[in-house]
Amino acid sequence: MHIIFLIIKREYLVRVRKKSFLVMTILGPLLIAAFYGLAGWAAISSIDQKKVAVVDESGQFVGKFKNSSSLLFSFIKTPIATAKKSFPKSGNDVLVYIPEDVLDNSKGVQLFAEKGVSFDLKSSIERTIEKEIENVKLTKSGITRQVIDEAKVDVDAQTISLSDEGEKQSSTGAASIIGLLCAILIYITVMVYGMQVMRGVVEEKTNRIIEVIISSVKPFQLMMGKILGVGLVGLTQFTLWILLSVGITSAGTVLFGSKFTNRPTVQSSIQAQVGQPADAPQTVSKAASNPITSFISSVQNLNLPLIIGCFLFYFLGGYLLYSALYGAIGAAVDNETDTQQFMLPVTMPIIFSFIIAQFVLRDPDSTLAFWASIIPFTSPIIMMVRLPLGVPGWQLVLSMTLLVLGFIGTTWLAARIYRVGILMYGKKPTYRELSKWIFYKA
Amino acid sequence: MNILETHHIVKQYAEHRALDNVSLAVPKGSIFGLLGPNGAGKTSLIRIINQITAPDAGEVILGGERLNPDHIKRIGYLPEERGLYKKMKVGEQLLYLAQLKGLSERQAMEKLKTWFIKFDIKTWWTKNVEDLSKGMQQKVQFVATVMHEPDLIILDEPFSGFDPINANLIKDEILELRERGKTIIFSTHRMESVEELCDHIALIHRSHKVLDGTKRAIKEQFKTHTYHVEYQGTLDDLPPAFSIMNTRSVDDDFLRADIKIPPDAAVNELIRHLLDRVAVRAFGENIPSMNDIFIQAVGEATE
Repeated sequence: MHIIFLIIKREYLVRVRKKSFLVMTILGPLLIAAFYGLAGWAAISSIDQKKVAVVDESGQFVGKFKNSSSLLFSFIKTPIATAKKSFPKSGNDVLVYIPEDVLDNSKGVQLFAEKGVSFDLKSSIERTIEKEIENVKLTKSGITRQVIDEAKVDVDAQTISLSDEGEKQSSTGAASIIGLLCAILIYITVMVYGMQVMRGVVEEKTNRIIEVIISSVKPFQLMMGKILGVGLVGLTQFTLWILLSVGITSAGTVLFGSKFTNRPTVQSSIQAQVGQPADAPQTVSKAASNPITSFISSVQNLNLPLIIGCFLFYFLGGYLLYSALYGAIGAAVDNETDTQQFMLPVTMPIIFSFIIAQFVLRDPDSTLAFWASIIPFTSPIIMMVRLPLGVPGWQLVLSMTLLVLGFIGTTWLAARIYRVGILMYGKKPTYRELSKWIFYKA
Repeated sequence: MNILETHHIVKQYAEHRALDNVSLAVPKGSIFGLLGPNGAGKTSLIRIINQITAPDAGEVILGGERLNPDHIKRIGYLPEERGLYKKMKVGEQLLYLAQLKGLSERQAMEKLKTWFIKFDIKTWWTKNVEDLSKGMQQKVQFVATVMHEPDLIILDEPFSGFDPINANLIKDEILELRERGKTIIFSTHRMESVEELCDHIALIHRSHKVLDGTKRAIKEQFKTHTYHVEYQGTLDDLPPAFSIMNTRSVDDDFLRADIKIPPDAAVNELIRHLLDRVAVRAFGENIPSMNDIFIQAVGEATE
């Protein structure tokens, strides 16, 4: 036990003292924040206005299309054939042709463009035309747009989960985001730290220090020490990230929080128009009226201790399960370039579970979601997606038990390959040889 | 007294048998040469003694007890393929390795201090291993092998990578360790260092032990009953029992001849015949070198 502790200590200190660890710890949360900020900013600001020329043979729409931040409409009187000819020099991005019988045959609308037309642009032009056709048709049957608008209600359903602790307002949106976030974190860290274990083993082999070490400690002790040491590095990084993020967010809330809460929102004005029943609890309506405070309050209503506890459990379980396999790969080869052929089968289930995570998010109680959250190779990621949305206790227990059995299994298997592999140099082993190693006597 | 004995060791790998019924006895306080061509099974045997692998049959006795995990700290092992953690400081690395061998941090610190003073490498303590030259790394590695004062030290090609000065330093260290009652198992292909250092020798060839004993006994066993003489004059009427193997001239006016005598004949008789016929400048026995013995023993075993 003392020996394993020494190995853990070395593996941990060597990594934590590296400059790259410090840089990642500070830059990690900042990078993620910057990434989301950039993505948001790009989504809002980078759309340039497209010039859309319209040839309207029906004569129903002249001057009726409203310009928006992304679309600038102009109407051309010339016939479509001439318009098409002069289009390349006109400076317009898109030419829209509306045939005479558009009200009866809406399929006749055509878009012309020099370059391709993006899906977004196409659908926003379609929407504009659809809306106007609708208007024209409505007017014909004697209904005005205003009547329609007044009849529309924006329903933003609050999901209330019924549990032993009474009614609690929850938000599927918030739960999904938290679940997905945990899954992404587990995905990234299992890959990153699993690889670190593998690299550490390969390093010991290529450095040839392995034989010196292995004459003092058992291969299993060395492998477990490395896995646990690197795992602790991961936990340290998480802890620092969480502390840093909490620090940054609370600083952010103090700075910007007041602006959000004071802004009148669209929903509240609609509620005023429609006339919300006065007996609705004031706090709920207030919370629901602001998307940001509503998100925060529903996050607070999630069972955070359970989620954090499970997150740590599934991170450790998933990490132990996979890092043992990565360690075995490292032991089987002589250098990092040779790891490729063995990486695929180990990496596949991780990537697979990350891909099916979005289907699980859509339907968290499907058969796929159930099995993926029970099988140890996918459960660390999939169970974290499902967990905030609510999972029956027996499924959680089953999944956790199987994960523990899973990593005991892979550790056993990896240790058998490891103890033979670390002393083998020369040719690259095949899968058949690896399977033979498992049954070698010590 | 033997510090190490192996009894009928067998080690079987999937397709070939690395060791077949190998029994050795290493006397305490000796320098024991473990010799053999590449792939003979030396490394397999060393790994078994270090408990890196276990034999399929046979047993190893260390200091009178069956080999067990407590023995790890009584053995120091310098493998042929050696290395250190490149990104780790020399001092930290040695402390770590010493603690893996069961020393406390304080004990390790004390032991290391003496070694660093002895080798005059105090300034290396805070250096990264990758900043040292290969020879310097070898020195560090040697310290790592002996710092926990093991009773049995196994050195696999200890001189590779050393310049003559450092090789000498290590050689003196090995002799000093023997003075202090330590036993050294020494595996090498360099026969001149075997000649120089070893008291005992065992030769392994194709998984079998083909030769075993003190250096003197083995030389006795392999002696060819051949003598050389440097002389002036003519030497062609010796009795037919003494056969002249070859003659060549040395230093212009001297000749040198190798003469084989019957195993039961006395050397004095040959000398008497020589004195009667020629002017003798030098006379001596052709003692086989370890190199000759190695080649001959391996050759015989192959046939």
